[in-house]
Formats: sequence, C-alpha cells, structure tokens
Amino acid sequence: MDTNTAILLTMVIPAAASVGNLLLRNHANLRDGMTLGAAVATFLTVLVILSNVGNGTTAPLVLFEVFPGLDIAFNVEPLGLMFAIIASGLWILTHIYGVGYMRGNNEDNHTRFFASFALAIAAVMGLAFSANMFTLFLFYEMLTLSTYPLVAHKGTPEAISGARTYLGILMGTSIALLLVAVIWTYTIAGTLDFTTGGILRGHIAGPMVALLLGLYAFGIGKAALMPFHRWLPAAMVAPTPVSALLHAVAVVKAGVFTMLKVGIYIFGIDFLAETGASEWLMWLAAYSIIAASIVAMTKDNLKARLAYSTISQLSYITLGMALATSMGALGGGLHIAMHAMGKITLFMCAGSIYVATHKTNISQMNGLGRIMPITYGAFLIGALSIIGLPPLGGSWSKWLLMVGAADAGQQVMIAVLMLSSLLNVAYLLSIVGRGFFWPAASDAEPVKIAESPVLVWLPPALTAFGCLVLFFYATDIRDFLMPIVGGTP
Amino acid sequence: MPDIEYILGHMNYWLFTVLMMTGLYIVVAKGNLIKKIVGLNLFQTAVFMFYISLGKVTGGTAPIFPVDMEIDPSVAYSNPLPHVLILTAIVVGIATTSLGLALIVRIREEYETIEEDEILKIETDLVHVENKILGEAMGGRA
Amino acid sequence: MATEHVHVARTLMDHLPVLVVLVPFLAAPLTVLLGSQRLAWPIAFVSSLVSFLISIKLLMQVIDGGVISYHIGGWAPPLGIEYRIDAANAFVLLLVSAIGTIVMPYTVQSIKSEISERHHTLFYTMYLLCFTGLLGVVATGDAFNVFVFLEISSLSTYVLVAMGAKADKRALTAAYDYLIMGTIGATFFVIGIGFLYAGTGTLNMADIAAHISTNGADRTIETAFAFIVVGMGLKVAIYPLHLWLPNAYTYAPSAVTSFLAATATKVAIYVLLRFMFSVFQPDFLFEINALRWIMIPLALVAMFAASLIAVFQSDLKRMLAYSSIAQIGYILLGIGLLSATGLSGAIVHLFNHGITKAALFMGVGALVLRSGSSFYARIEGMGKVMPWTSFAIVIAGLSLIGVPGTAGFISKWVLVQAALEQGWWPIALAVVASSLLAIIYVWRVIEVLYMAQPADPTRREAPLSMLIPLWIMALSTIWFGLDTDMTMSAARAAADGLLNGFSIGGTSVGH
Repeated sequence: MDTNTAILLTMVIPAAASVGNLLLRNHANLRDGMTLGAAVATFLTVLVILSNVGNGTTAPLVLFEVFPGLDIAFNVEPLGLMFAIIASGLWILTHIYGVGYMRGNNEDNHTRFFASFALAIAAVMGLAFSANMFTLFLFYEMLTLSTYPLVAHKGTPEAISGARTYLGILMGTSIALLLVAVIWTYTIAGTLDFTTGGILRGHIAGPMVALLLGLYAFGIGKAALMPFHRWLPAAMVAPTPVSALLHAVAVVKAGVFTMLKVGIYIFGIDFLAETGASEWLMWLAAYSIIAASIVAMTKDNLKARLAYSTISQLSYITLGMALATSMGALGGGLHIAMHAMGKITLFMCAGSIYVATHKTNISQMNGLGRIMPITYGAFLIGALSIIGLPPLGGSWSKWLLMVGAADAGQQVMIAVLMLSSLLNVAYLLSIVGRGFFWPAASDAEPVKIAESPVLVWLPPALTAFGCLVLFFYATDIRDFLMPIVGGTP
Repeated sequence: MPDIEYILGHMNYWLFTVLMMTGLYIVVAKGNLIKKIVGLNLFQTAVFMFYISLGKVTGGTAPIFPVDMEIDPSVAYSNPLPHVLILTAIVVGIATTSLGLALIVRIREEYETIEEDEILKIETDLVHVENKILGEAMGGRA
Repeated sequence: MATEHVHVARTLMDHLPVLVVLVPFLAAPLTVLLGSQRLAWPIAFVSSLVSFLISIKLLMQVIDGGVISYHIGGWAPPLGIEYRIDAANAFVLLLVSAIGTIVMPYTVQSIKSEISERHHTLFYTMYLLCFTGLLGVVATGDAFNVFVFLEISSLSTYVLVAMGAKADKRALTAAYDYLIMGTIGATFFVIGIGFLYAGTGTLNMADIAAHISTNGADRTIETAFAFIVVGMGLKVAIYPLHLWLPNAYTYAPSAVTSFLAATATKVAIYVLLRFMFSVFQPDFLFEINALRWIMIPLALVAMFAASLIAVFQSDLKRMLAYSSIAQIGYILLGIGLLSATGLSGAIVHLFNHGITKAALFMGVGALVLRSGSSFYARIEGMGKVMPWTSFAIVIAGLSLIGVPGTAGFISKWVLVQAALEQGWWPIALAVVASSLLAIIYVWRVIEVLYMAQPADPTRREAPLSMLIPLWIMALSTIWFGLDTDMTMSAARAAADGLLNGFSIGGTSVGH
C-alpha cells in the first residue's frame, strides 16, 4: 500500500466506523464487531506505514491550501508514528474492554458512545500525522469536540457540569492561548511546518521566546500542566473506558505529543537550550509533578487518584521537553509509550473493580485483591511500571529523563524525579496493599474468586503484560525516535 | 464670527436644519405611533427641501428647453437633477408612510392601542409570562 | 493589473450586470399579477436561481481584478447611471444570491406554519423585492441609486418582518420600530449623498472619488461622510445603533430571518466599505484618524456586550440575533484596522458569518416547525428526535465559535493575523476572548439540545425541503473552512480593489 493512501486510511477508517456505528445502531453485535474490525484495520494500516517508512520522514501530503504557505497536510515522522501505533493498538483493547464494560454495566446510548469514540480515534490519527501546526491544531480541536459527548455520556447533572469544565478549559486554553501562539508563530516565521531543528531561529529573541513558549505550554490544555489541570479530574465522571481513552490513548497523550512537537519542531531543542526560554517551564513541570502526586495521595476516589497521578506523569513529558536536551526529549517521547501502557492498565482495572463490585472509593476496597486476583495482579504490574521499577517499561523512560536532566546540569530535577517515584509508591501501592492484605469489610463472607466478565479483565491483563514486554524493547523505541532530535541510532 | 449676511445667505440650510430637527424630535419624543409617522414625514420633507434648494441657481429659471431648441446662453437655468432625485425620494417617502400606517392599523387590531407606553407594558407582561412558564420548565437554568 | 471593459451592448452576456438585478425585479410583480399561489414559488425560485448563476459568472469575470462598467440605457456616466462590478461587489452579489436561492426551497414548509395562508403569494413578491433591492444596492455605481435600492429592500423587509404576526403579535411592533429606525438611517444616508452632491456636483461614485482625490476634502464632504457612516451604521446595526435588530430577527418568520441575517446587514456593510474606501478613499480615512478610535472601540464593545447578552438569553432565535450584533463587531474591527489583511478579514467574515448564520436560523426554523417555539425550554432534547436538524445546528454553532475546520475559524484567523501584523496585541487577544463567550452561548444550546429528555418523543424530523438547504449551508461552513481558495482570493481581490479606490478604472469613465 502506498504510504500516503495509508495515512488517509488511518483517518478514514475510524471516521467511517463512526458513521457505521450510527447506521448500525439497531444491531448491537454487528455494530461492535464492525468497530473491532475497523480498529484492527486501522492498526494494520499504521503497521503498513511503519514497514514502508521505518523511522524516516516523508514529504507532506497536501489536501488543501488554506492560506498561502499553510496547508492541511500530513506526513510521517517517528514521534507521530509511535503515537499512532500506541493509539491504534490500544484502541483495539479499549474497544473490547468498552464493549464488556458498557454491557456489563448496563450503560445507555451505546451507539453515540462508540461513534464518538471512533471519531476521537480518527482525530488522534490526524493529529499524529499532521505535517504542520495548523493541521495539528485542527485535529486537536476535533479531538476535544469528539470526546465531549463521551465525558457527558451519563447525562446526569454531575456529568454535564464535569463535561462543561472539560470543554471550557480545553477549548478555552486552546482558543485563547494556543491559537494566538500559532498565529503569532505564523506571522513571524511565515510557516508552520514541523521542521527538525525548529522554525523560529532568527525570528524571535529575548524574553519573547519564553512568552511564546508560555502561550504554547498553557495553551495545550490537554497536557494538563498546572494550573490548567482541573479538566482531568472533572472528566472522571465519564464511564471508565472513556477515562482509559482520555488518559492513556488519546487526549492527554495528544496534549503532551503536541507539547513535544512544539518543543522539537517549532522551537527546536537547541534553540530552547541556547535561549534558556524553557527553564521556567521546567520548574513549573517539576512543581506539577510533585504537587499533583501529593494531591493524589489525599484522594479516596480511585479514579480521581489516578487522574492526579496522570497530571503528575504528564509533567514528566513536559519536563523532558523543557530540559532542552536530546536525552530529555527522547525520554519524554518514550514516556508517552510507557505511561500509556501503564496507565491504561490501571484504569481498566479500576473499571473492572467497578463493574464487579460497584465500588469507587479506595477505602471500600479492602481485601478485594483476594477476590479479584487477576485484576489486582494487573494493577500491581501497571503501578510498578508507573513507579519505574525494572523489569517494567516505565523504568527506561524515567532513566532517560534523569540522564537528560544530568545533561542539562539540572541535578535538582533528578531529585524531583526520585521524590516523585517515592510518592508514586505511596499512593499506588497502598491500593494494592489494601487489596491483598487488609481484611475485607465483612469477615463473615468466605473469600471466593469473583472476577468481572472476561471482556473486562482480559484487556488489562494484556496491557500489564505489555508493560513487561516494553521493558525489553525500550532501546529499540529509543533508537526509533532518535531522528527527531537529529541523531542517529 | 459670521455676520448677518452670512446667516441670511444660508437661510435654506437653517430652515432645513430646524425642520429636520423638529421632525426627529417628534419621532423620538412622541409616544403616539401616528405622531411618530408624522414626525418622520417632517424629517423626510426637510431633506426634500434641502435637495431642492441645492438645485436653485440664483436668478435661474425652470430648466426647460425652448420650443425652437435655441438656447440663449445668457439665461441661467436651475439644476434639474436634485428635483428629479426628490421625485423618487417622495415616492419612497409615501411608500414608507403608507406602510407605517398599515402597520399601525394592524397594531391597533392586535394591541387595541397605539400608545407606545401601553404597547410596551403589554409586551413586558408577555415577557414575564413567558419567563415564568418557560423558565420553570428549564429547571432553573434560564 | 485591472482592465476595464467599457460596455458596448451587443449580446445578452453584456447585459449580465443589470440582468442580475432585473430578473428578480420583473419576477416580483409577475407573482402578484398571476395571483396564483402555486406559481409564485416556481417563479421566485427560478428567478433567484438565474440571479445566482449570473453572479457566479460575474465573479468569474472580475476575480482577477477586472472591472465591468455597465451603462444603463447607453447613457455614459457620470450623467448616466452606471453599474459597476468589481471583485468586492461580485463577491457580495454571490453571497446574497446564493443565500437567496438556497433559502428558497426552505421557505415552502417554513412559511406554511409561520405565515397565514392568504399572504403566501405576497410573501414571495416581497421576498423577490427584498432580493432585488439588496442586489441592486451592491451592483450599482451610482450613489443615489444605492439609496433607492436600499429603500426597496428595506420596505419589503418591514413587510416580511411583520408577516411573523401570525405566530407572535410582537412582530408588528418589531417591524414598526425597524421602519422608524430604518427610515431615519436611510434619510441620514440620503442627506449625506446630498452633501456629497453639493460638494462635488456628481452622483457617480467613481466620479465623486475622482473629485475628492484631486480637489481634496472640504467640510461639506466631511459632513457627508459623517451622515453616511451614521445612516449606514443604523442599517448595519453597529453597536449603539443596533436596537432594532434583536426584535426584528426574533419575531420575523424563520425563513425571513435566515435570509436577512445572512444578507441585509452584510449588504449594508458592503455599502459602508464602498463609501469609506472607494468613494472617500483611505487617504481621507487616515486624515480623520478619529474613525479608527471610534470604530474599533465600538466594535470591541459589540463583541463583548452583545456576546454577554447572548449568553443570558433563553430563546435560541434571540440569542442568535445578539450573536449577530457581536459578529458584526468582528467585521467592523477588521475594517477599523485599515489594512489590507484587516479588510480582507472583514470581507471574508462577512461571507463566512453569512452562511453560518443562515444555517443556524434555518435550523431554528426547523425546530420551530416541530416544537412551535425556539425557547430553550421547548427545544430540550430535540437532538434525539430531530438528529439531522440538531447536528446541523451544532456544526454551524462550531463555525460561530470559530473552531478550526469551519468557516468561522478562517475569518478569525485572518482578523487575529491582521491585528498581530500591526502589533496590536490587545486587539488580537480581544478577538479570541470574545470567542470564549461564543463557546458559552453555543454550548448552552448544545446542552439544551442533547443533554435533556425530549418533552414529546413523538415529534418527527423536519421535512427534506428544509433539511437539504440547511445541510447545504452547514456543509458549506465546513467546506469554506477547509478550502479557502475561493473565499480568500475573492476577499483579497476585493480588499485590494477597495483600497485602490476607483483610481484604476477612473480614467475610462465617460466613454
């Protein structure tokens, strides 16, 4: 298959699946089967691109010229390709899980749910293959809009107000800050094409660089940099598969992906390092890492705790970019993959617990580990990967980030990463500890294995296994990403 | 400091301004819908006068060709163009007036008054009723 | 770059500039004379379609910067009346005739429920007259002719608004208020033209422009400028002169509102542009710099105050009316920037906002047809029973916000770019900040449509004759958000043409 055709197919297939969902709304099995087929097809198409291009970069495929020198255009480059592989691969698992969850939990409006879900994936694919900031912005907004119905899915007043916060912050920051940043960039640089080494050199200097970076950093609300992180906990009202999609597959990853793209291809790592414009961002990211971890410890609601954990972990990636070293950027890129795998496991486990017991608060989950061993086993592995212990994937990205911090001469940042790991241990492992070792609320009941439905526990088990596998392939991914910072493996 | 001759020399503009302002004042200040239309007419008529006086050339006669088509260059003619324009404007004015009056008739049928303040009161009451019914149905969101 | 085709009447093609106006103008009395309700619609539809096709043809001819000068009755300007087509007015002609034609099929079902039976034939007559007036205002190159056509369109608009009286008697007072305000505006405009005539001795716009550029402006001409701007400002609904608009849009029949919202104010803006830039010319505008300091603040106030009022409305139609006032603020802002980019932003927003608002008001009309009212409380949950209508409203709503991929985004992009080019940071930020208010008011509607249970689940989707025009408009908001080739190049050509005034074609006038 021609690479350009394949790029378009990765967007057309999910979009068609979205329409197909609406058409097949009265045939539940056919509809869900069709979407699964579409998910697999999308994944295979992305793999075709991988086999065609490897970690090379292709010439842009222009669809429309919107303004002079400003096109809606797509191309393949390593970071985007990696993001596309993660998103399309995890879509398959999330879909299976979603079918199990929605049916096991008797949720309404399946069609709207799966249609919006598929549309969100289409937006992610477009985002991943965007050849310039303009196209990326287009899909960035499309992603916000297509996930809005998912967050508001339950239609309860809490869901509506949560969805309002979600939309308000994401659209508000993107229009008020990101759009201004994008137009500013276009006005001074005359282009928005993603170029290795950046496009801003020679067009802007002094404190303005830091200001522009600030517009970008806060404008990309999806990266959940404090103080624009409120939407993530607010979005927790959504059904768990959505949380998995938001946190691991699409939304937040789109945010940090955009952040990396801006840092690497708009500013250029070297340009950032020379001007020192990103130093403040580094400190802010460090603050986000620690503060969100501390807030996470105070949360009793499992999903809220995981949400704050995500905010903390996302700032790792922002930190990687803000360090303005090659290793830092690579570590950030790698962490996208590692965190996706780990966090999706944790969320699916949270959903699995909810489907089986309808419990949402950690304090009610004492002794559950003995009843749901597979779920809790998967949760443990996911948690360890997030913490960054070998032999799990998360250890590598954290390692690279630390090397990046050392390269930048920022020893404090190494300490921040270490401290954050300790906090992770405290707030994640306590859940597992309660599950396995604390006595259940009512001792009278005999301990009997009562797992959730197979469609619900199988996907997290698979992703937990994935965390393990990623440990052994981390070097390959790093080498794969090498060209984004202009290096060779 | 303009002298008296200047003021008198621009008499047509003074009259135009006074008439125009009178008309505009009536439109704004009067509550009766018909009086408003009358004011509007005054206002428009002032503009007609303004145009016509523009076309007047001192000592000029009516711009009509003599029958023998021999034009005496010493005779001054007034400018006919503004007059022609105003014919059109008068037609527009009449159309506006008649439409306005027709609307007043319909308003009288529906509201049983042509006083602005009374109409306003009826409409305010309507809005209150609407808000009461539809506001509650909104569950307090309105 | 520009070449002027001096008109020598030979074939039908040469008469296109006048035919675009003449066809609906002759069709209007025809509908009355035939007196047949069955024939009225086909006549109206065919004539507006013909105008639409002619407009496309005209735009093709002038998009590369050419000018067509047509002399009515063979009388050469400046004495004769001239129709003058360049990129700017060909673009507006296209907008007006396209909207007029697409709204046409929509009217059939819409007026059935909103206008009493005996007025149906007259509705089409008035519609055609209004259509004629708007096209005439745009096509003509004669200042007094503008006034005449303006009054033709205004008078028929008052009647059209008043036809909403079947549903709500407040349509009558709305029409009356509009009549008073509109007439004052038109009369101000005509006073301005009188002063222009007194100052220059001609009514041909190109000739006035030539006169001003050679002899400079005196106090008479400055007075004329003030009267024309205020008079047109009333028609445009520039912020403090907007009071007629909310009621007129709210109580007019939906089909009328869709047509008017997309065209009437836009045509008035065109006239404003034409007079400001072609007749008075930029040098004059720069001289009286006050304009910039009056127009931009007013535009900003409109963008925020009207948006804020829109947020608190509980009637969809009225909300959209206030949003129109805010969006006119954007256009004025683009004009006030007095740069080529700002001007092309204003012109492209004029078009983009036109199609967006047409789609939204058509959607409202469909909702009203099925639920009897556009109050939020009455249209709750309609997303479930009228999915097609509701989704089209969502798409157009996104364009109103300026979400990327929609037409509204393009114009906002250009406006922000224009502000940044001049280094006017606060203006750029104000444009995006006002978009945030748009998110709120649009999202309230989306929540009402989708996040509630329908009051009456047995309601049906709107008929196809309404859905198809609605979706043509909704999809075109997306199309013109992606493929800006036509809109942006036309807007740029128009902006260049306006900024260059008539200086290029001015020499050949009088052949």
